[in-house]
Amino acid sequence: MEQIVEFLRSLWGLWLMVLFLGIVFWAYRPKNKDRFESYADIPFRDDEKER
Amino acid sequence: MTAATAAFGAKGDASPYLDDVVKKFVLASIFWGVIGFIAGDYIAWQLAFPALNLDLEWTTFGRLRPIHTNAVIFAFGGNALIGTSFYVVQRTCRADLFGGRGLSNFVFWGFQALIVMAATSYLLGGSQGREYAELEWWLDLILTVIWVAYLIVFAGTLMKRKEPHIYVANWFYMSFILTIAMLHLGNNLALPVALFGGESWWKSYSLFGGVQDAMTQWWYGHNAVGFFLTAGFLAMMYYFVPKRAERPVYSYRLSIVHFWALIFLYIWAGPHHLHYTALPDWAQTLGMTFSIMLWMPSWGGMINGLMTLSGAWDKLRTDPVMRFLVTSVAFYGMSTFEGPMMSIKAVNSLSHYTDWTVGHVHSGALGWVAFVTFGSLYYLVPKLWGRKEVYSLKLVGTHFWVATIGVVLYITAMWISGIMQGLMWRAYDSMGFLQYSFIETVEAMHPYYVIRAVGGLLFILGSLVMVYNLYRTIKGDIREEVAMGSAQTARG
Repeated sequence: MEQIVEFLRSLWGLWLMVLFLGIVFWAYRPKNKDRFESYADIPFRDDEKER
Repeated sequence: MTAATAAFGAKGDASPYLDDVVKKFVLASIFWGVIGFIAGDYIAWQLAFPALNLDLEWTTFGRLRPIHTNAVIFAFGGNALIGTSFYVVQRTCRADLFGGRGLSNFVFWGFQALIVMAATSYLLGGSQGREYAELEWWLDLILTVIWVAYLIVFAGTLMKRKEPHIYVANWFYMSFILTIAMLHLGNNLALPVALFGGESWWKSYSLFGGVQDAMTQWWYGHNAVGFFLTAGFLAMMYYFVPKRAERPVYSYRLSIVHFWALIFLYIWAGPHHLHYTALPDWAQTLGMTFSIMLWMPSWGGMINGLMTLSGAWDKLRTDPVMRFLVTSVAFYGMSTFEGPMMSIKAVNSLSHYTDWTVGHVHSGALGWVAFVTFGSLYYLVPKLWGRKEVYSLKLVGTHFWVATIGVVLYITAMWISGIMQGLMWRAYDSMGFLQYSFIETVEAMHPYYVIRAVGGLLFILGSLVMVYNLYRTIKGDIREEVAMGSAQTARG
């Protein structure tokens, strides 16, 4: 068990890579497109309160 | 109903947000910016004409340089970052600042007091000798208190937001605040010499020694570039470019990938400052590899910033404020292309320790950091003081061209002198002796030092035009002038 953990730990670069690619997948998943792109409007939602 | 919305309802046209403190940060940023630019140009003239050190210990290059670097990075850049972060976080969260007037003003006055103490201590010869972290240990502790207060204001405002999603600019601001806190604490682990029988309580030495100390310094140094001068100013880009262009950012999904690519990669890039030193080879190669991968967020950010303008490119012709913002993104792309290239060992063997590095830093600092700040200030000042537009857009255009010519003179002079310097250092004659003595290389650089100093002078002049323009804006004046590009529009 300890040896397996040791081995998996040595692959830290790979795990970070997988995590990052997961984020890219999550960001570009078609299902999330409309939701994410709607966030781009946040700076403009407040316009009427500006002087 | 919160106090903010209540105030909004009661006063009608008043802003529901705490903007007084933002105004103070804006003024402080402009003030320290001009001082920092002047300090920088003065030492540039010193390099060309050494007699300008006046033979006084207080005005030598070694003491004025940290004043210049700290003034422009932390006083000009820092005030701009804290001020805009307070402005942006309130508007994208639709909540007023956590901690109210008291805490945010504590951050402001604490930060200004620290700047004055830091400059005084450098002038008197106090320094830890760590680049961009020259503050002695007791100043480090004061900064820590101020920074924690800043974190509380910012994170507290995020926590009481009424907007469910945290806008991407705030992610960049938050990463800047947290990472700078971590770097500051790690890099400044030091003990005053008095604890070990020394004379002074003011002087301290690092806990680390040798190559570990060098690595700690550049872990700090490069991430100060990455998270102070890049992440923080990208936050400004992600708010002010869309606002000024009046269109949402090109791709919000790209901004997510941009953010995480930057976070995953930047922290490893520091070792490229220590190529061909006692640092183990594997660490140097690691630093180089991660630096090259930084091209990814570099392009992500540049594309996102520039493409926000797609369909509205005519604004570049009609709006000089937009010109500042767009040019800053172009410089961001250029200097973050140049940086990874210089981190490649073969290139670094030529470029390292030469003026090329100085030119690279300034294409980022003047072209990217200062320009995105100028663009944001020109947007922000009329908004904050309730004016329709700046006093004169023509003068913004003047500032733009004078400053741009200054930057171009600066970086081209440093490219030429840096590459020349590197080539002269490595030139051998037929007998295998070095062809040039060190002083010959210094002599050869003289004309380029003069050109660089002239470039810096233009940059200062541009900033003085901005001071005048913004002063008149705050006074409430509007200059009668024909709108830019309107003649062409009429014809077309």
